[in-house]
Amino acid sequence: MSNKTEKIIRLSISYLILLVAVTIVIYPLLWVIGSSFNPGQSLSGSTMFPENPTIKHYSSLFDIEKSNYVLWYLNSMKISLITMVFAVISVAFTGYAFSRYRFIGRKNGLLTFLVLQMIPNFAALIAIFVLANRTGLLDSHAGLILIYVGGQIPMNTWLMKGYLDTIPKELDESARMDGAGHLRIFWQIIMPLSKPIIAVVALFSFIAPFGDFILARIMLRSEEKFTMGVGLYELVSKQFGNEFTTFAAGSVLIAIPITILFLSFQKYFISGLTAGGTKG
Amino acid sequence: MMNSNVTTKHRKNAGLLSIIPGFGQFYNKQFVKGIIFLVLTIAFFSSFSQTLNWGFWGLITLGEIPLLDHSIFLLIDGIIALLVAIIGLGIYAFNIYDAYNNGKKRDEGFLLNSVREQYHNLLDNGFPYLMISPGFLLLIFVVIFPIIFVILLSFTNYDLYHSPPAKLVDWVGIQNYIDIFKLDLWRSTFFGVLGWTIVWTFGATTLQVAIGVFLAVVINQKDLKGKAFFRTILILPWAVPAFVSILIFSGMFNESFGVVNTQILSMLGIDAIPWMTEELWTRFALILIQSWLGFPFIFAMTTGVLQSIPEELYEAANVDGASISQKFRGITLPMVLYATAPILITQYTFNFNNFNVIFLFNGGGPAIPGQNAGGTDILISWIYQLTMTSGQYGKAAAITMLLSLIVVVVALWQFKRTNSFKEEDMM
Repeated sequence: MSNKTEKIIRLSISYLILLVAVTIVIYPLLWVIGSSFNPGQSLSGSTMFPENPTIKHYSSLFDIEKSNYVLWYLNSMKISLITMVFAVISVAFTGYAFSRYRFIGRKNGLLTFLVLQMIPNFAALIAIFVLANRTGLLDSHAGLILIYVGGQIPMNTWLMKGYLDTIPKELDESARMDGAGHLRIFWQIIMPLSKPIIAVVALFSFIAPFGDFILARIMLRSEEKFTMGVGLYELVSKQFGNEFTTFAAGSVLIAIPITILFLSFQKYFISGLTAGGTKG
Repeated sequence: MMNSNVTTKHRKNAGLLSIIPGFGQFYNKQFVKGIIFLVLTIAFFSSFSQTLNWGFWGLITLGEIPLLDHSIFLLIDGIIALLVAIIGLGIYAFNIYDAYNNGKKRDEGFLLNSVREQYHNLLDNGFPYLMISPGFLLLIFVVIFPIIFVILLSFTNYDLYHSPPAKLVDWVGIQNYIDIFKLDLWRSTFFGVLGWTIVWTFGATTLQVAIGVFLAVVINQKDLKGKAFFRTILILPWAVPAFVSILIFSGMFNESFGVVNTQILSMLGIDAIPWMTEELWTRFALILIQSWLGFPFIFAMTTGVLQSIPEELYEAANVDGASISQKFRGITLPMVLYATAPILITQYTFNFNNFNVIFLFNGGGPAIPGQNAGGTDILISWIYQLTMTSGQYGKAAAITMLLSLIVVVVALWQFKRTNSFKEEDMM
């Protein structure tokens, strides 16, 4: 077999494999987009290419009288953004302290973070439920945000510390010689250099609450406080199939912005993960 | 030590005196510090004595009169008292340590720091603590506090029949753990769920890793066209929020109306498959779905690693006449696995606790006669059911403990083996 035929065979098989993979990946997504334009309400009649496409499901989602969808959207955005801000601030602090200072309890603190990041914080869901009940934070966004921020700290601190460890210490030392204080070194020297990892931490702590289902489901009780995940689940589980097309429209509307955001930042995701993974 | 056979015994005296906080510092003539310690102690006792008394009483008895004493609230107050006591003891220990240390300095003939120097020292040494305190305080309340609560709860009989305020909850020792391993219903359910959790973790994760690595290698071939297009499409399942995709799949696999049965399988001439009602098929579908959801992440990581493998390695292999599969096993796979190992481990622990896909797809179902968990329930979703629907809080807490034990042991063992722990400076 000559080199050329071998190459043709290898490439054809490769393209065939990729074609299958692309079909499997894209099919459910196209199907849900198709469903969202179906005139009917139920799952049974929905097809990928409806004959009389309609946008009535989309408009009904924005009808505030009939649907809480807009509220869910705003709730999810609000919760995720606030979580992001607080998580970035506290992670920058803890990561910096663990990377730059040698203090009593540092090693144990790092180990604690390492263990905590392995147990997802919803493992203690009974406790979270009862505690929230006791403190009156059940069915409040504040309680949910606190839990999300707390849950983001251990893992992201490790990522942050791993990155900061790669910034040469000589920079701090020379600044200290020039009389810069602790806070000044942190703000004016270290933080500007750690923009890439801050972007990663920000993205992670935005996406995590956005994609969360279980904690929001435990904490939120009233429909107008729901996040996107809980809201869509309720929509689809209330009478399965009967509001399927509305659910499909809702899914498309939420998936598109997140997908665009994600695709434009995916390089940072990967670099952040590998940096933290191999070094921290 | 310039005079190790010292006659003064300042360290001992100061240490002993500081059993009453502050007095050791007075003995060392550090009056400002001493007063601070003394005032702190008095403030601590005057403001927290009530909390501590009430908290520890509640923690030990869990209440004595039904309707009046709410056992679970008492338990929470008890944990707060416990945390307050630990912080208090910490400060107390620091007080003794400080007095002893300064006494030692005096024994060795050093001068002690002046108030001004102490202040500067405090600022310098205290700065890292100041920085980690916001994060750490939050962690104590939303992570550590719940963990202590679950640990304690697993030793109580808290369930629907012992539900405050009408009834009291009692300490039952390790009865919950004994029940899980001794009572037939619980034992068979526990081991059934644990078995499926393990199969699920290894099956789904390994499959998604294999698919991800394989597709990355295929696309990375030098003479393949359209790399950017394929990469963008294949990353989509990662980009779309998982709960949306899972709910979509749940519709697609619907037995009577779902597109899988009505169109895809019928097109291939296969009869409808009971995806949602037959345990084995649901499990099969779940593993397929998780592979769909999870492979892009591995795919993206592997792509990154592949691009950093030096071309010379492959050229050298070509000179030696290595085949494609030899190059893959000898160069590509070891490089990829080495670089992504820590992240692969987190993938396994992630799937071990992957509540979303199990719950959103079919609610852990189908129901199985003779056990109190659904056919596809993994440990975490079983805990959810026990808590939210059947109110078996004590048992659920005990199972949570067992689950955490497994995760922590496996993960610590794995992380110990990776290099990051061996480097002195990293820790």
